[in-house]
Amino acid sequence: MSRKTLTRRQFVAATAMSSAALISAPYVRGAYAAGKLSIGFWDHWVPGANDASTALVKEWGEREKVEVSVDYITSNNKKIELTAAAEAQAKSGHDILQMPSWWPHAYSENLEPLNDVMEPLIKQNGEVNGTVKYLGQSGGKWLAVPATPGSQIKGPCSRIDLMKKHAGIDVQEMYPAGGPPKADNWTMETFLKAAEACQKAGFPFGIGLGETTDSVDTAGAIFQSFGAELVNVKGDITVKTDAVRQALEFYKKLIAVLPPDAPSWDDASNNKWLISGRGAMILNPPSAWAVAKRDAPQVAEQCWTHGFPAGPKGRFAPFLPYFWGVWAFGKNKEAAKSLLAHLSSPAAIEKFVAASGGYDLPAYANMTKLKTWAEEGPPKGTLFHYPDPYQQQTLSIAASPAPPKIAQQIYFQATLTKLALRFAQGEKLETALAWAEGECEGFMRT
Amino acid sequence: MADVVVEQGRLARAARPRKKSASLRHVMGRKSTVAFFLTLPLILLIALLVLYPAFYSLYLATLNKAMTKFVGLSNFTFLFKRETFWMVVKQSCIFAVTAVIFKALIGFIVAHFVHNIPGKKQRKWRGMLLVPWVIPPAMSTLAWLWLFDPSYSAFNYTLSFFGVGPIPWLGDAFWARFSVILVNVWYGAPFFLIMYLAALKSVPDQLYEAASIDGANWWQKIWHITLPMMRNIIAITTLFSLIVTFANFDIVRILTSGGPLDQTHLFATWAFQVGIQSSDIPLGACVSLFMVPILAVAAVFILRDVNKRGNEA
Repeated sequence: MSRKTLTRRQFVAATAMSSAALISAPYVRGAYAAGKLSIGFWDHWVPGANDASTALVKEWGEREKVEVSVDYITSNNKKIELTAAAEAQAKSGHDILQMPSWWPHAYSENLEPLNDVMEPLIKQNGEVNGTVKYLGQSGGKWLAVPATPGSQIKGPCSRIDLMKKHAGIDVQEMYPAGGPPKADNWTMETFLKAAEACQKAGFPFGIGLGETTDSVDTAGAIFQSFGAELVNVKGDITVKTDAVRQALEFYKKLIAVLPPDAPSWDDASNNKWLISGRGAMILNPPSAWAVAKRDAPQVAEQCWTHGFPAGPKGRFAPFLPYFWGVWAFGKNKEAAKSLLAHLSSPAAIEKFVAASGGYDLPAYANMTKLKTWAEEGPPKGTLFHYPDPYQQQTLSIAASPAPPKIAQQIYFQATLTKLALRFAQGEKLETALAWAEGECEGFMRT
Repeated sequence: MADVVVEQGRLARAARPRKKSASLRHVMGRKSTVAFFLTLPLILLIALLVLYPAFYSLYLATLNKAMTKFVGLSNFTFLFKRETFWMVVKQSCIFAVTAVIFKALIGFIVAHFVHNIPGKKQRKWRGMLLVPWVIPPAMSTLAWLWLFDPSYSAFNYTLSFFGVGPIPWLGDAFWARFSVILVNVWYGAPFFLIMYLAALKSVPDQLYEAASIDGANWWQKIWHITLPMMRNIIAITTLFSLIVTFANFDIVRILTSGGPLDQTHLFATWAFQVGIQSSDIPLGACVSLFMVPILAVAAVFILRDVNKRGNEA
């Protein structure tokens, strides 16, 4: 058996020739010439809503010659948060990950700056609201792009009949479909009177006092409407202020007319409360109404989503945005940015909103009057005021304007609802405030 | 016998001149070496899934919130100053001790009933009574959540026929603690039942016969025969259950998420809230590590007693 040996000279010559051939060869663009992209999207609860994301991603992938894989991750039991924590620790995972409100700040060191994506998007779609800036920006750097899927306002969803009958309030007249709100009298005082009247009639407002987001978001908007902040924008503790005391006094009166087991409510409890026909109002995105359409149509026909009541310091509505972040350790960042721009185009936003039956909210000012909200029903126009089309509310998140890393802890430890509940259950005001102050001191860790 | 053979082989070979390959063969032929290689996959698995995370969490517990610098034990000293932390310690102890006592008691009583059921029927009862233990707890707890549900509680609906309630099962601190302990007992009692049943079956009938001849009543038989014969099983089962119950997560997470007012939080659920939800992983690691000394003390006491009895035997 003969064996031919390769001399050093032959090896060098062959390598040089191969390299030259590779460099001078014409660039042939293959099916997936621009590489691969892996995405983790929030798994939408609306049947079929994920299909809109899949279709948009596929359309972009084919156009840009990028091989895309999408994982839909449920938010149940904090699966998205766990995925984000694991990927940030491992410095490996998806290229794009959809993350809930507080996570861009929590992982700011691991996220790719997205100013080059956001600046053109704002020019194209209009300004974003203050909460999106607060949660998505750090030191002038955009940490993530606001995602339409999953973003929501948790405003009042009222029973037209019960509010009219027991509280004497015509919510359709106050928030007419297709027109601007006539809600000057819709204040915290009116809201409390309505809550008392409905409770007396056996249909209490379904507002949770638990530790999950719905309860915390409501508390956040009510506190803000009184100008009450536990920690201010500079990071100073401001628990023992008149504004906080005023908000607590209001909450005490409200808690007295809420269902007795409201302290144990989770994010599903208020939905069930409305659908079961036991309550005159809940504070929630239109998911409860959408389920009622299927399971209790007679209830759905009487639902009207509208704006939050105004307090002494303004009209605040809880806004909970989702974000798309690009990991700094991702392998195809340019492709990721290009996809995010595609998913934030007006046409894509319209598709997201339509596929979710109006549940998903874009964060941009020019995108609040889409036809889905005007047409959804029954009753027709029930969602018209859901996206705050006349921008009469300050869209806010509980615990803001505290620095986000402190606010995140106030939010997830449910300090606001716990404080209100302690006071309402008989703890002295100053004792409850001292407890909250101690908690906030603990949140100052860096 | 095998030991002797191996020993003999070793002695026989020892007479021959030593060779490297022979020595390797000799090492590989040892029973202990074979046993080591057979258990190696398990050792590696435990190292990967238990030891590595345990040491990693120790490391995490020594970092600052941003996980950028070493802070020694200051996370622990910070925790000691937190009111909520001490509440969690107290609640974890109440939860674990109460649940284990009731699981042991119910397991012991039901094991006696089952033990006295004859032949085939006993198999059926054993199977049925094990059902709570074989259903994944996350799933069965969801069913309990519906039973306790504020709007649709089946319990409250039933109680309403007797003019009782509605009871805020998960909305009031007392009832919420009662509910999470109840579900844990429901889930864990079959484990005690099966262990106690196995122990009961190993108690020789002659002992009971002799006691009957001596005129012992049922209580004296239990006190002087059954309990002493089951002591080791009771101790080991209690320790095992105490560890698992202390570290419980799913039941509280699903039923109450720690509420109302943090009054049902356990170490694991609070660690999750602090570590994952509030993005303070080092503090979360500290909270979960705090279970180790408590359980270590319990383990030392219980196992020391088991050893003592073993030596007595």
